[in-house]
Amino acid sequence: MVPAGYYLVLSAILFGLGIVAFVFKRNIITIFMSIELMLNAVNLAFVTFSQVLGKLDGQVFVLFVIVVAAAEAAVGLGIIILIARHRQSLNVERMDLMKF
Amino acid sequence: MFPPREEFLRVLPILIFCGGGTLLMLLQPFLRSRTAFSLLALAGSLTAVVSVGCSAAHPGAAFYGLIGSDPASVFFEFLVGAVAFLVILGSASYLERESLAPAEFYALIFFAAAGMCVLASAREMLTAFIGLEMSSISSYILAGYRRESPKAAESALKYFLLGSFATAFFLYGIALLYGSTGTTVIAQMTPLAPGLLPKLGLALLLIGLSFKVAAAPFQLWTPDVYEGAPTPVTALFSAGPKAATFALLLRIFVEMPLAAGEWTRIFWILAVITMFAGNLGALLQTNVKRILAYSSIAHAGYILVAFAASNEIGVAAVLFYLLAYAAAKLGAFSVVAHLGGAGEKRIELDDFAGLAQRQPIAAAAFSLFLLSLLGIPVTAGFFGKFYIFKAALASHLIGLAVLLGVNSVIAAYYYLRLIIVMYMREPKEETAALPFPGAVTTVLALCALATVYFGLFPNHIIAFASNPRLFGH
Amino acid sequence: MLILNHLWIIPLLPLLGAAINGLSGLFGAKWPNKAVTAVAIGSTGLSFLAALECVREFLNLPAAQQALPWVKQYFTWIAAGTFRAGFDLQIDHLTIVMLLVVTGVGWLIHIYATGYMSHEGGYYRFFSYLNLFMFFMLILVMAANYVLLFVGWEGVGLASYLLIGFYFLKKSASDAGKKAFIVNRIGDFGFMLGMFLLFRTFGSLDFVTVFDKTRELPADALGQFGILTISCLLLFMGATGKSAQLPLYVWLPDAMEGPTPVSALIHAATMVTAGVYVVARSHILFTHAPTAMLVVASVGAATAFFAATIGLVQTDIKKILAYSTVSQLGYMFLACGVGAFSAGIFHLMTHAFFKALLFLAAGSVIHAMGGEQEVTRMGGLSGKIRWTYFTMLMGTLAIAGAPGFAGFFSKDAILFSAFQHAPGGRILYAVGLASALMTAFYMFRLIFLTFHGKPRFDEHHVHVHESPKSMLGPLVVLALLSIIGGWMAAPSFWGGTDHFTAFLAPVFGAEAAPEAATAAVSEAAEHSLELTLAGVAVATAFLGFFLAFWLYLRRPGVADQIAKSAKGAYTTLLNKYYVDELYAAVIIRPLVWISDNVLWRAVDASGIDGAVNGAAAGTTALGDRLRRAHSGNTRSYAVWVVIGALLILAVIFWPMLKPAAGMVP
Repeated sequence: MVPAGYYLVLSAILFGLGIVAFVFKRNIITIFMSIELMLNAVNLAFVTFSQVLGKLDGQVFVLFVIVVAAAEAAVGLGIIILIARHRQSLNVERMDLMKF
Repeated sequence: MFPPREEFLRVLPILIFCGGGTLLMLLQPFLRSRTAFSLLALAGSLTAVVSVGCSAAHPGAAFYGLIGSDPASVFFEFLVGAVAFLVILGSASYLERESLAPAEFYALIFFAAAGMCVLASAREMLTAFIGLEMSSISSYILAGYRRESPKAAESALKYFLLGSFATAFFLYGIALLYGSTGTTVIAQMTPLAPGLLPKLGLALLLIGLSFKVAAAPFQLWTPDVYEGAPTPVTALFSAGPKAATFALLLRIFVEMPLAAGEWTRIFWILAVITMFAGNLGALLQTNVKRILAYSSIAHAGYILVAFAASNEIGVAAVLFYLLAYAAAKLGAFSVVAHLGGAGEKRIELDDFAGLAQRQPIAAAAFSLFLLSLLGIPVTAGFFGKFYIFKAALASHLIGLAVLLGVNSVIAAYYYLRLIIVMYMREPKEETAALPFPGAVTTVLALCALATVYFGLFPNHIIAFASNPRLFGH
Repeated sequence: MLILNHLWIIPLLPLLGAAINGLSGLFGAKWPNKAVTAVAIGSTGLSFLAALECVREFLNLPAAQQALPWVKQYFTWIAAGTFRAGFDLQIDHLTIVMLLVVTGVGWLIHIYATGYMSHEGGYYRFFSYLNLFMFFMLILVMAANYVLLFVGWEGVGLASYLLIGFYFLKKSASDAGKKAFIVNRIGDFGFMLGMFLLFRTFGSLDFVTVFDKTRELPADALGQFGILTISCLLLFMGATGKSAQLPLYVWLPDAMEGPTPVSALIHAATMVTAGVYVVARSHILFTHAPTAMLVVASVGAATAFFAATIGLVQTDIKKILAYSTVSQLGYMFLACGVGAFSAGIFHLMTHAFFKALLFLAAGSVIHAMGGEQEVTRMGGLSGKIRWTYFTMLMGTLAIAGAPGFAGFFSKDAILFSAFQHAPGGRILYAVGLASALMTAFYMFRLIFLTFHGKPRFDEHHVHVHESPKSMLGPLVVLALLSIIGGWMAAPSFWGGTDHFTAFLAPVFGAEAAPEAATAAVSEAAEHSLELTLAGVAVATAFLGFFLAFWLYLRRPGVADQIAKSAKGAYTTLLNKYYVDELYAAVIIRPLVWISDNVLWRAVDASGIDGAVNGAAAGTTALGDRLRRAHSGNTRSYAVWVVIGALLILAVIFWPMLKPAAGMVP
C-alpha cells in the first residue's frame, strides 16, 4: 500500500500547480480550471486524512466541496460569458478598465 | 433524530434569510411591482433582524455543534441583519434608476446575509466554509449586477477569480487542520502530534480570511471590485462580509487552542502593511468610490491592530469598531450611490464640489460619516480608534500604536479633502440638486444617528463586548 | 433641588434649540423667521432661568456644602482600565459667575441678533450655530473634569469657526475662519499635552482629584521647571490660543469678519475668556508653579500693552474693539498671574458687560450706516442715533475706567494687586497703567470720530436710522450693567466691601488673597495706597480722554500731523507691527513653498491648493508607488496574494529556521 504521505505530497504539488497556472495562464477559462485543480487538490487531502484518521467525515467534506465548487462554477461561467459578450475576448490581460 | 425546536430558534435569522431569499426568487415570475418586492424584502430583513432576539434568547449549540448562538454571534447577526436591511432600504430607488430587476437583487442580498450569519455563528470549520461560500458566491453575482456596464462585469470577474483563489487557500487550510487535529470543530482542535502541519493549516486559513477582509497584500482586488460594483452592493461588501469574516477570525483565535500565542507578529505585520496600503493608496485617488474602497482597506488594518494586541479590550474594540465602521461606511456609500446619478457617472471628486450649497443635508451627513471614519470625537469612529489604541497600549505595542497614529494623520488628508471640496469649492459647472428619496434619507438618518449615538455613549457596546462568555459554548 | 440635581438641563436647552432650528432648516421645511426666533430666544432664555434657579438652589445649600464643588456624575463616557472620564457637571462659585455671564449676556445678544440678522440669509443657520455655541460654552464652564472641558473647548472653537465663516461665500470670511481654526489648533495641541501630563502625574483628570492631590504636593520653586510648571505652561499655551494672547492673538482681529453679534458674544464676552477661566479653574496648579504664574502675568501685561498700541491707530470700528478685547484679556491674565484670580474673574465679568455693549452698539452704528465700518467715514452721529450714542458712551466710560463705572472697579483691583505683587510688581503695574491710558485714548477717539464732529460721509446716500427696539433693548440693559456691574466689589475706601472676592472665596480661598502676601502693611496704609492708586488710575483715564478730545475734536489736524511726523511708528502700528507679515514670512511661506515644490504632485493631481497639507513628499511618492501595484491586472493581483502567502509562512516558520534562537529562553 502506498503511504499516506505520498498522497499528501501529490495534493500539495497539485495545489502548487494550480497556483502557478492561475498566475501564468492568460485565458480566463484556463484560470478558472486552475482553481478547480486547487480545489481537487484539497479534496485529495481530505480523502487521505479521512483514510489516515479512520474517520468517514473527511470523505463527506469532499462531497460538500464538490457541491460548492459546482455552484461556484455555475456562477463563474455566467460571469465569464458576460465578460466575453462585453469584450469579445477571454484574455485576462485586457481586463483592466479599473486600475490605480 | 429530528433536532429539537430550540435548535431552529438558535439559527432563526439564518433560516429567515434563506427562506426569504427563496421566496423572493419564487415570487419573481408572479409579481410585477417593484414596490411589492421592496416591501417584501424590507419586511423579510426586518423580521430577520428582530429574530436575532430569538436566537439571543436561546443561547447554545445547534445541529450537533456545527453552529450555535452566543453573544458574539448575536452581535454579528444583528449587525449583518441591520446592514442588509439598510442596504435594501437604500437600494430601491437605485434599482429603479438603473432599471435593474429587484427580485433577484434582494434575494441575493438575503443569501449573502445568510452566509455572513452562518460565518459569524459557525462553530465548525466546514460550516464556516459553507457560510463563506454562500456570501461570496452571492457577492460575485451582485458585483456584476449592472450587466450592461463593462466595469461591473470586470468587477465581478476579478472578484470571482481572486475570491475563488483565496477560498482554495482557506479550504486547504481546513484540510490540513483536519488532518492534524482529527476534527473540524473549532473548540476541539488540538494537534494530535507536534509538527508543522497545524501551523501550516492555520497560516493557509489566515491567508484565505485575510483576502476576505482585504488585508494587505491581499487587498489589491478591493478598489477595482468596489468601483465596478453597484454602489449599494459596495456598501454591503464593505460592511457585511468584513464584519462576518472578522467574527470568524475572532472565534478562531479566541476558541481554538492551537491558535493561541505567537500570532501577534503576523497580525502586527499585516496591520502595518494594510494601514499604509489603504491610506497611502487613497491619497492620490480622485474617484470617491475608490477613495472609500482604499479607506476600507485602511480600516481593516486598524482592526488588525486590535488582533495584534490580542487582549480582552482588543476583542471589545473589534466589535465596537466594526459597528462604528459599518454605520459610517454604509452612510457614506448611500450618499455616493444616490449622488452618482444615472449610470454612476458622477462619482469623481470634482462632482462633489459645492455640494454643501446644493444639498446641505447630504453634505452634512457625508461629512459626519467621513469624520467618523477619520475618528473625530463625538462620532462612533473616535471611540473605535480609542479602544484600539487602548488595546495596543495595554499589550505594550507602542510602535504599532504610533504607526496607527501616523496613519490617522495620513487619512485626515483625504477625508478632509473631500469635506473641503464639498464645502469650499465652487462646482465647475452648474449642477442640479438631486433630492434624496425618503427611504435613502431614512438610511442616512439611521446611520448618522448610530454614528453620533455610539460616539456619545459607547459604553453599552463595550460592556456587552467585554462579556467573558462572548464566545460561549 | 430640581436643577441642581439635573444640571444637564442648562446646557441641553440651547442644544435642543440648535437641533430644532438646524433640522428645520436642513430638511427643507422653511420655518418662518418668527419660529426660529422663538426657538432661539426661548431656549437660551429658559437656560438663563434654569441657571438662575440653579444658583438660588446652590446658595441655599449649607455653607459647608457650598465650600465644595457640587459635582454630579451623569454617565461614564470613556472608561478604559483605571482611566475614567465621565459626563460630570459641577457647580461652584466660579462656575456660577461664568454661568450667569454666559447665559445672561448670551441671551441678551440673542435678542439683539434677531434684530440685527433679520435681513440676512441663513437666519436659521445663524441661530442654530449660535445656540450650539451656547451649548458648548455651558459644557465648558460646567465641566467637572478636563476631558469634558476640552470637549466644550473644542466645541466652542468649532462654533466660532462656523460663525466666523458665516458669510462663507466671502473669501476673507472663510479665510478668517481657517486662520482661527489653525491658530487655535496650535494652542489646543499644548492644551492636550498638558492634559496628558496631568493624567500621567495624577492618574485622573477630574478637577477634584487633581486639585486635591496638587494641594499635597510641594510647590515648584520659582525658576524651576517641575511637572506642575510644565503642565501649567502647556495649559496656558492652550489659553493663549483661545484667549488671543501673544503670540497667538492674530486670529481674533480677523475673526471680526463674522456677524457683529458673534463678535460680541464669542469674540468678546464669552469664548475668548475661556482661557482665563481655565487658568482660574486650575488656580491650585498655577499657585504651585510660580514660574508659570510669572509667565502668565508677563504675557498678560505684554499683550495688554501691545494690543492697546495697535488699537491707537486702527480705523475699522470692529478692529479697534477687537484689539481692545485682546488688550483687556491681557489684563485678566495679568490678574491671574499675580494671584488675584478673583480680580481677574471680576474683570472678566465686567468686561463681558461693557465689551458686549460696545460691540452691539458698534453693530448698531454699522446697521445705521448701512454697513460702513470705517470710523474715518463717520462723524456727527450723536444726534441721529441717540440711544446708540448714549449706550456706547456708557460702555466707553466703563472700559476707560471712569470712577463709579464697572471697569473702574475691576481694573483698579487688578492694578492694585499687580502693584503689590512681589517680583516685578511695579513693572507690571506700570505696563498696565500705560495700557489703561491708551485704552481711554483709543476708546474716546472712537467715540469722537464716530459720533462727534462733522459727518464725513455722503448724507444723501446714507440714511442714518436708529436700530429697532429688539436691538436697543439689550443695549440699554447692558449699559445699565456696565454702570452698576462693579458696585458689588467697591473698594473699601469707596465705602463698600468686596462682595465679589468674598463670594469667590470658597473657590480661590487663601490662595487667591493677594493681601496675605502683604500682611505686614497696616490696613490704614493699605487704604491710602489703594486710594492713591485709584487716583492715579482716574487721572490716567482722564488724560487719555483729554488727549483724544484735544486731538480729534479741538485740533482735528494735529493727529494727522503727528502721524506724518512719526511716520515710521504710525505705519508700524497701522500694520499691526507686521506680525501677520512676519508669520507669513517665517511660517506660512516656507510651508507653502514646501507644498508647492515638494507636494506639487499631490496638489497638482487633486487640484486642491489651499488645503493644509500634512502629507509630506515621501507619503505621496509612496502612495504613487503603491498605486502602481493596483495595475488592474488580475494575474498580478494573484502574484501579490502568493507573495503575501509566502510572507505569512515565512513569519510563522522563521523561528523554526533558527532553532537556536527559538530555544534560548
